[in-house]
Amino acid sequence: MMELFNHIGDIFGSGGFFEATLRIGVVFLLGTLGELICERAGVMNLGVEGIMVLGAMTGFTAVYLLGNLWLGVLLALLVGGLAGYVHGVFSVKLALNQHVTGIALTFLASGLAFFGYRLLTEHADVKTELPKIEPFDSVAIPLLSKIPGVGPVLFDQTPLAYLAFLLVPVTWYVLTRTPAGLALRTAGENPLCLESAGISSHRVRMCAVVVGSMLMGLAGAYLSTSYFNAFQPGIVSGRGWICVALVIFANWRAGRVLVGALLFAGVEAVAVRIQALGIDAPSQLFLMLPYVLTIVALVAVARRASYPAALLVPFRRGERV
Amino acid sequence: MSPALAVAAALLVSALLVVAAGAPVVASFEALIRGAFGSKFALLETLVVATPLIFTGLSVAIAFRARLYNIGAEGQLYAGALAAAAVATGKLGLPEGVLLPAALVGGFIGGGVVLAAPAMLKTHLHVDEVVTTLLLNFILLLVVSLVVLGPWKDPLFASASVPVLADAKLPRFTGTRLGYGIVLAGAAACLLWILIHRTGLGYRIQAIGSNRRAAEFHGISATRTILATALISGGLAGLAGTVQLLGSTYRLSEGLAIGYGYAGIVVALLARLHALGVLGAAVFFAAVKTGSDNLAREFAVPPAIADVIQGLALLFMLAALLLVNFRIRRK
Repeated sequence: MMELFNHIGDIFGSGGFFEATLRIGVVFLLGTLGELICERAGVMNLGVEGIMVLGAMTGFTAVYLLGNLWLGVLLALLVGGLAGYVHGVFSVKLALNQHVTGIALTFLASGLAFFGYRLLTEHADVKTELPKIEPFDSVAIPLLSKIPGVGPVLFDQTPLAYLAFLLVPVTWYVLTRTPAGLALRTAGENPLCLESAGISSHRVRMCAVVVGSMLMGLAGAYLSTSYFNAFQPGIVSGRGWICVALVIFANWRAGRVLVGALLFAGVEAVAVRIQALGIDAPSQLFLMLPYVLTIVALVAVARRASYPAALLVPFRRGERV
Repeated sequence: MSPALAVAAALLVSALLVVAAGAPVVASFEALIRGAFGSKFALLETLVVATPLIFTGLSVAIAFRARLYNIGAEGQLYAGALAAAAVATGKLGLPEGVLLPAALVGGFIGGGVVLAAPAMLKTHLHVDEVVTTLLLNFILLLVVSLVVLGPWKDPLFASASVPVLADAKLPRFTGTRLGYGIVLAGAAACLLWILIHRTGLGYRIQAIGSNRRAAEFHGISATRTILATALISGGLAGLAGTVQLLGSTYRLSEGLAIGYGYAGIVVALLARLHALGVLGAAVFFAAVKTGSDNLAREFAVPPAIADVIQGLALLFMLAALLLVNFRIRRK
């Protein structure tokens, strides 16, 4: 334990720690914002894990076969939206159990991803060498990136990372300051009220699930085109499920998603770095840390959690309440 | 009616994937069926895969009946295997005669405790159980990794524990890889059916699951019912790991039963949470898996097609139920 204290400087001191946190934080940020948009409209999307795998596969293979990074991102968004549409058809239009739909979707989407990956990279000899792409380069913002200390850490990111951080205020603004956001939140609080205002709850919920799932697809594409430069089976490895926890941690607020995503990413970065330092303690204990802390955090916020009132409640038009 | 419809629809859609993979459709499905049921060996292999799936399927079925959304059968499976391994490898120094029953009981308790914790968080502190049970999956897999690569490591193996003692092994049917775990699984399904449909606890579980408020007005304690459900559900998942350890792998490892816990969710839902239906659903799920492996060998169709078929079957099952429940009856 003392040894750990001696290494605190190594873990947090260098700029590398904050860079690593931001880099992995983007995945949680995009996935959690996507889940947040779905849940604020009253639809829990447990397909997030599968959609992220599918997005990662789509993004990667599109770039691998077509050679255009942005085309890969676009296709990942599209495929994510499509997966969201499937979720919506079952959970919103057919009013089926949202947990079950989401789990089925995770099976389906990750199955499709691994199936598609094997087919599309068939000619590549996967056994000897993993197919790789040239990932997104980081883009330094002129002037801002020259600020000593924070500049190189904050303002020298890949394009998708900037997009992710930009999406936080955008999501907040759209959800809380626009008519569309009001409709979306009402669909999650009281769909009947929305109907009485002449707006279709189903349509609003469908839109929310599709848009939210697009962000999940984007999170996957970020993993395979920016964070890594390849697609492998363990690429998402449960990060999608973490996003479901982070939404609760963030108490369904866009701003707090940023805090939650970066906190979790920070813990993950610490765990990886402690492991890399070769401190004489089992690495599994540190890898466990993020999950244990998430449970602790969930317990801490549980009392104050303000669930959208109609979360998990399907809306059936014309049904007596 | 609806399960058959759903399976047929799922196979129909996955035929598109077979076409995409450039394999002949009819011959591929023949290969799939042959791989699952075509020979005595194939059939037995399917049952070997089905054994732990029956347990995890039952685990999820009873939990979902009480609306305890247990997504953590995977973690409970590993917790059960961990506890059973502690007994069966002789770490506790129990006499040889009681090793097998003690390991089974230990596995049940190990799994039960791991679900009881998030269930208590749910009943007492209102912490959402979907997320906590899910996170525990990762934690328990790491605990198993810790033990298997650390104190219980077999020096001759890269990542497996020392083997269980001979007295703790579940016997196998002579000349096969199929252990008596399948008998235990069948017995568990029957017992669970009795529990759900013929006992007071089963009645309370169903009451809490269908209308918690009404059940509470009726004097049923939701807290106690949910905790009891959690112990049984977690215990059944723990038995999945125990049976896998004592009847199939004989060594604890991270790869003991990867994915079987999550698969239990699909199995339970395909069975419409019906205890005896779980038997059929688990065999179907296992058949898709062993069949797809054969499909991959014969026609180079990626084995991930199994996940696709299973996911589709579940979605179509839900849709089919809807059609059956809301069908127009003509007089």
